[in-house]
Amino acid sequence: MTIRKAEGVVARPRATAAVKPRARRRKGQRSAYLFLIPWMAGALLVTIGPMLASLVLSFTNYNLLGSPQFVGAQNYKQMFTSDPRFWHASGVTLEYVVIGVPLQLALALAVAMLLNRGLRGMSFYRSFYYLPSLLGSSVAVALLWRQIFGADGLVNQALALVGFHHLPNWVADPTWSLGTLVALHVWAFGSPMVIFLAGLRQVPAQLYEAAAVDGAGAWRRFSSITIPMLSPVVFFNLILQMISAFQTFTQAYVVSGGTGGPVDSTLFFSLYLYQRAFTDFDMGYASAMAWVLLVVIGLFTWLAFATSGRWVFYEGEKE
Amino acid sequence: MTTLPRWGASTNARTQAGNHHRGRRLLTHAVIIVAGIAMIYPLIWMIASSFKPDKLIFTEPGLWSSTWTLQNYVDGWNQIGLPFGLFLFNSLIISVACVVGNLFSCTLAAYAFSRLRFRGSGAMFAFMLVTIMLPFQVILVPQYILFQTIGWTNTFLPLIVPKFLGVDSFFIFLMVQFIRGIPRELDEAATVDGCGPIQIFWRVVLPLMRPALAVTAVFTFIWTWNDFLTPLLYLTDQAKFTAPVGLNAFIDSTGVTSYGPMFAMAILSLIPLFIVFLLAQRQLVQGIATTGLK
Repeated sequence: MTIRKAEGVVARPRATAAVKPRARRRKGQRSAYLFLIPWMAGALLVTIGPMLASLVLSFTNYNLLGSPQFVGAQNYKQMFTSDPRFWHASGVTLEYVVIGVPLQLALALAVAMLLNRGLRGMSFYRSFYYLPSLLGSSVAVALLWRQIFGADGLVNQALALVGFHHLPNWVADPTWSLGTLVALHVWAFGSPMVIFLAGLRQVPAQLYEAAAVDGAGAWRRFSSITIPMLSPVVFFNLILQMISAFQTFTQAYVVSGGTGGPVDSTLFFSLYLYQRAFTDFDMGYASAMAWVLLVVIGLFTWLAFATSGRWVFYEGEKE
Repeated sequence: MTTLPRWGASTNARTQAGNHHRGRRLLTHAVIIVAGIAMIYPLIWMIASSFKPDKLIFTEPGLWSSTWTLQNYVDGWNQIGLPFGLFLFNSLIISVACVVGNLFSCTLAAYAFSRLRFRGSGAMFAFMLVTIMLPFQVILVPQYILFQTIGWTNTFLPLIVPKFLGVDSFFIFLMVQFIRGIPRELDEAATVDGCGPIQIFWRVVLPLMRPALAVTAVFTFIWTWNDFLTPLLYLTDQAKFTAPVGLNAFIDSTGVTSYGPMFAMAILSLIPLFIVFLLAQRQLVQGIATTGLK
């Protein structure tokens, strides 16, 4: 239907005035900028402007009242030398990323392989398993999580059924509270799973057939075919999930009631930044934290790219 | 990146399942179904609990209840002062406006990036790609100061206006990829017919990029609906609250003494997501598989 519409435009004969190429190109340039007006306005006003502003603010003290006072690198110095909560928040976030992201990707890959067997109803299953991913970042599910891992929540009731008693209140116990958030992250494994599935379907079946003929077992087929063939997709998922895990906010805020508690055990970097900015109105310090976060994420991304040559295999690539 | 699946990638590998025994296949089905239900059980439990009298939620922890009631929905609706329906309505207004905003700004930018030649296009495109990875924290504080200075706090404007300015680079990238798949011959033929760039955009490209528009609309709606930080930051007047912020107020006001009403409202806040999910499964899956959207 849409194609026919387009062809209608194409097919209608009309005499065209010969436009000089250069004039046409200039006209093209002008309309290109016309198309880009909204985006350019956004890039300047909502992205570049604020980015530069936050860089400048990070060298000031500013509490929204009065005007910012230039203090040099004091915010950064304070952060690194005399703010234990900053280091603590960094540690919490790093722990979350380092444990949660690989776990989530492993589960996503396992489920994707389970679903990739040419079963009838595959697309239904795929949607079904994707669902938690859709809901995982909602406040509703975070509230549910508070209950599930509470003292008399679902998890403890299930464990009591199989004979465990005297169980902790997981969300209120500093030893376990971060674990509940990792569990939430892992639970929402749907979107990397869908990406893995799409990747698995691109792996030629002949490779497996040939390997089976040569007597390769299931593990060998997995480690020598699936993993190398899928490594670009693993890499892609890793980058995406890592960047978003570094920025986790909503779940931590809701599950801990905005405090990052108990005893700062879920004080994520973003949450601490939020508290510094909008509870303490320490805009300069929060901006400095944001730039540290940017640099750290950039570093991790760079690290992933830099090491990717060793473990990411691109088809058709020459040795 | 080039080896990532593209739009409409065909299912070439049917895998080695064809000769599996029937029993084995049934077992796989069983495993998938049981694991899936276990995964989704907390949600099912929340739905069941929302229809139980509050005091039975913990004494009868299974799905079954001796009494069913709608009382939680009645109580929850008015629990934090204003009716919860207002928050749902606010969320709906904001989400729909953001969908319109993204469709408007991202299509325009994507068309320029993929089809028009202009000075600085390479640098701008590179910048656009970089902003996809930019953590929002970096612009959070100055953006807040900006919107506060121009008096936009406590309005929906800080949530909506950026979408009209194409700040969701992800969708621009997605659309650029899609437009690149539309044959250029169509543009050229339209040019011969005397169409300028604007007409080509409106009459050739836009009608053909409907799948990309659908993906953008669906994800914008879901993300905006789930967004918590932005409304938390800018909307302080309770009458302006969105559903997630309203839900969060359940803890603030009650310290969660009564789960029933909170669960009931949590479910109401998820219903629009369920509806979108049911209507747009294909777009969701396709969108994720091709671009890695959440």
